[in-house]
Parts: sequence; C-alpha cells; structure tokens
Amino acid sequence: MSAADIRPVLEATSLLKTYGKVVALDHADFALFPGEVLAVIGDNGAGKSTLIKCLSGAEIPNGGEMRLDGELIGFKRPIEARAAGIETVYQTLAVAPSLDIATNLYLGREERKAGPLGNVLRMLDHSGMRQRAKAQMTSLGIGTLQNMGQAVETLSGGQRQAVSVARAAAFGSKVIILDEPTAALGVRESAQVLKLIRSLRDRGMPVILISHNMPQVFEVADRIHVQRLGKRAAVITPSAVSITDVVAIMTGALTVDAKDQTLGPIR
Amino acid sequence: MSDATASVGYDAAEEFDGSRTPLQRLQSLLHTYPWLSPAIVLVLALIVFSLLSGNFATPSNLGTITQQTAVVGTLAIGQTLIILTAGIDLSCGAIMVFASMVMAKMAFDQGIPGLPALLLGVVVGGLAGALNGFLITRVKLPPFIVTLGSLGIFTSLTLLYATGRTVRNTELASELKWLGHPFSIGGFRLTTGVLFMIALYAVFAYVLRYTAWGTHVYAVGDDPDAARLAGIQNNRVLVSTYAVAGVIFAIAGWILIGRVNAASPNSGVEANLDSITAVVIGGTSLFGGRGRIIGSLIGALIVGVVDNGLSVAGLDQAYKQLAIGVLIIGAVSADQWIRKARA
Repeated sequence: MSAADIRPVLEATSLLKTYGKVVALDHADFALFPGEVLAVIGDNGAGKSTLIKCLSGAEIPNGGEMRLDGELIGFKRPIEARAAGIETVYQTLAVAPSLDIATNLYLGREERKAGPLGNVLRMLDHSGMRQRAKAQMTSLGIGTLQNMGQAVETLSGGQRQAVSVARAAAFGSKVIILDEPTAALGVRESAQVLKLIRSLRDRGMPVILISHNMPQVFEVADRIHVQRLGKRAAVITPSAVSITDVVAIMTGALTVDAKDQTLGPIR
Repeated sequence: MSDATASVGYDAAEEFDGSRTPLQRLQSLLHTYPWLSPAIVLVLALIVFSLLSGNFATPSNLGTITQQTAVVGTLAIGQTLIILTAGIDLSCGAIMVFASMVMAKMAFDQGIPGLPALLLGVVVGGLAGALNGFLITRVKLPPFIVTLGSLGIFTSLTLLYATGRTVRNTELASELKWLGHPFSIGGFRLTTGVLFMIALYAVFAYVLRYTAWGTHVYAVGDDPDAARLAGIQNNRVLVSTYAVAGVIFAIAGWILIGRVNAASPNSGVEANLDSITAVVIGGTSLFGGRGRIIGSLIGALIVGVVDNGLSVAGLDQAYKQLAIGVLIIGAVSADQWIRKARA
C-alpha cells in the first residue's frame, strides 16, 4: 500500500505562520493517515509547536490550508477544533486534581439523568457517567483504576495522564494530539503512557505525538515527521532509519529530497 | 514490555489500597469527608459546655443557638460558593444589610406591598453580587480587593440610603417578618428563619453535588486552566456564582429582619468575617475546589455554640475570639495537610 492510495485524516498544505518578522512556519506540509502514530520532532524553533497549535486551533495560520477528512477547516479557537474532533492532551497534566476520575472525564460535557430528574431538576447521571468512564478506561487497558469516584490527585502522574488521554479519546474524536505526554513523568509511568498510545492506535485512532524523547519516538511511532526551519524536512519510517540519521536531518546535516518525503510506508 | 507495564499498574493499585499507616488513613478519610473534623469539634464543644453549665444543653437553649446561627449560617452558604471558586467575599454582610434596608424602606417609605419589596431587595442583592463578579472577571481584579472596596461602598450606601434611621418593628411590612416567627418542637424553640436556612442548605448541597453548574464551581476553583481546557467558560461561572451568592446574602437580610425584628443599617456588622470563619472552620479550602457545604453549617454552629456557651457558663466573651482564632488556624493547617494526601 502506498501513501497515494489512502486519504489523510488530517492534512495541511503550505502552512504559513509569521510573528512579525519571525517566520515560524514557512510553507510547511503535514499529513496524518488513518490508524497511525505520527511523531512530530524538531529542534527548538523548528516550528513544531506552531504547527501543532495551528492544527489544534490555538493559532490561526496566515496562509495555506488544512483539511480534516478531506474537508477544509479553519479554527479560530481550540474549542472549535475540539468540536470538529481534534482533541489535544497538553503536557501539563490538565485535570482538576480534587475532582474524581469520572467527573474529570466528563468535565464540560456532563450528562444528565433521563426524565424529569434530569430535565427539570438538572440532575447529573453520576452512576451512568462512572460506568461509562470505567468502560472507557478498561477498553484503553487502564483497568487497574477500579474506583471512578477516586480523586485524581490520589493517582500517579502516569495514571493522571491516562485520564487526560481517556478523556480525549472518549468523545467521538477523530484525531488525538499528545503534546509531550511523558515530559513530566518517570520511566515506569512513561511506559504506561506509551502502552496507552499503542492501545489507541490498536483501536484505529490516529495519534500525533510531539516528543523530544527519541527512544520513545522510535519505540511507538509508525512514522516520524521531522520539522526543520519552519518546513517539513522529512517523513521517516523508524525501522528504516537510525536515531543518528534522524538527528542529522533535524540539525540539517542530512537533507532528504522533497519528493521522497511522503513516501515512507504506512503501517 | 507489555507485561512489565501491566505490573506497574498493578503495583500502583496495590500501593493505593494496601499497607498505610493509621495517620495516612486518617488523612485520606478527611480528604474524602472534609466536614468530619468540624463535626468532631462541634460535638466536643457541645460536651464541654454541657459539663460547664447545666443550663447549656437544654432544648430551649439549643433552639436559641440555632436562631443565633441562622443569619451567619445563611451568609455562609453564599460564602461557600465563592470560596469554592478560590474567591472570597468580604462584602457579604454589607450586601445583606443593604438588601434588608431596601426591602424595609421600599415597603415603608414607598408604600410598595411587602412581597414585591422583598423581591426588589433580593434583586438588589443579586446585582450587587454580579457587580463584584464583573469586576473580578472583566477588570481582572483579585476578589479580596474588589470585595474590600465594595464592602466600603455598600456599607456607606446603606447608611446614606437609610439616613441613619432604623425601620422599627411596627413599621415593617408583615411579609418581611415571616422568617422571625417562633415555634416549638418538643421544647426546641425554633423560628421559620432557621427552617428556611436548613432548606437553603439542602438546595445548595443538591446543586453542588448533582448539577453541572455545581461541578463547574468546583472545577473553576480547583484548577482554572484545566476547567478552561475542558471547555468551561470560567468567567461565566464566576459571575453567576457571585450573583447567586448575592441573592443568598439578600435572603440572609430577610432572615436578619425577622431575627432583630427591625431593619437597621447598623446590624450585622460582624457578619462579614463570621461567615468566612464558618466556612473555613467547616473544612472548605480557601484555595478553592475543596469542601462540602454541610461543613459551613457545622462551622456556623460551632461559632454559635462557643458564643452562647461562654455566656451561659458565665465566662468572659474574650475566650470566644481565642477559641475561634485557634479553630481557624487549626482548620487551615488541617486543610494544608489534607491537600498533601497522596496514594
């Protein structure tokens, strides 16, 4: 199967973003295919986070176009990207610590009970939300968390990140963006999160992983998007390339011909 | 690899459930039930004052304590909502007295019937709260500064509006005195105001526990960034919280009229700080996002019991300040400790 046969889930062509005289994105291209984990790496200032911010609605590009499932998109605020199905999990553990797991999963989209209790008295369906939260966590392989009524602050960092990821995966999302999900975590907790990323992929969810951690990227990514000087410098299949080569591309010591960039095989 | 990660999860679960010291178990218990420690303090205070004086634990005296608690206890409901959002309202007592003067004077001076005058006072309370919320969210001033300012503003507006004059019992519209009606249940002397306060606690316990708005009040105070990322409009939640609290303060003003049987610009002076004291002693965290409203009722009762107990036992009222001071520092220290509870 070659890339040309499959339509990208999320695609950007010739994105341009400038901050005054600084060119953060210089006609950058991007493509995420169904069911893959695409890592985005790049040196500081390569435009990596600007690219992600444009995709997640946190920044508005000055030029170029973005497509989700082939449809042209243009977000003014992150909430719009989210409504369209692009969920972002931020590096800082974005969960409310004193609230419980189920409440965090459903925060901002609480479900009410059916009938007059819900319609008139606005009563939330706590038990239903807990059950569904539990099912969601189990399906992601985080079944070790038994009690959905447990406050998030009693969890380990990895478990908290798992709650954020589960929330992102829960609401009919089409793409999940993970921004440095292991940056704040230890080795064992990082392993939990990587396992979670794999189980997301196994469920057919495309994942964009932004990371500085090369070994982790090589462990979990299907393809690697290397960003350099505001452009896509290469798209690589980890099995075909060594970490040293990737670092060489990142720093500009090695260049990849533009026509070869998108030809890395898809899983 | 996957085996290794699975065992990591298992270990973490074990760590959470198993082998903890009694102190850690207490910490986690208080973490789940923040009103537990104030409840223990209340029981201890009741026992101590019963031993000090035979006149304390009589049904009629205990009824009196609830009457003395009704005003501060009602204010504490609104104050709890605000403190849960990590805010504070120093102007709550001033809003209460202002609203009570509006109710009384509209009925007496303007000849408006009692019920519309009452509603007008409630609306004024809600607007006063909304003004605080507006200044906090739009002008982005700290709640402490905003309400310190509005404390002065509402206090002086009240004095100017009342022209220093009390609306006396005989001049009050009868609707405004509804919450002062006394009645007895098995020797306990209660008032309609006490019942009204308890009903309000039940309503807001429900709202905080079972509605999305209640969840958002907690979330905004717990972690504003997480709330925003979850799609909650923090400013809207904050303004509505201050406005709802303003309505509750106005209702406290209604109870106040029933309690003192008059509407005086000089009543309820200590109520500002007393309501904060009740909330803090009740186990609600001043850092927001943590606490139960029932704790504030217990906190208000503790203040009432200490106050009443000292007079009944014939002790110096100066001990009240001492006891309350110790309780506040103790409650905040306990909160700091509980917040560190981790698996």
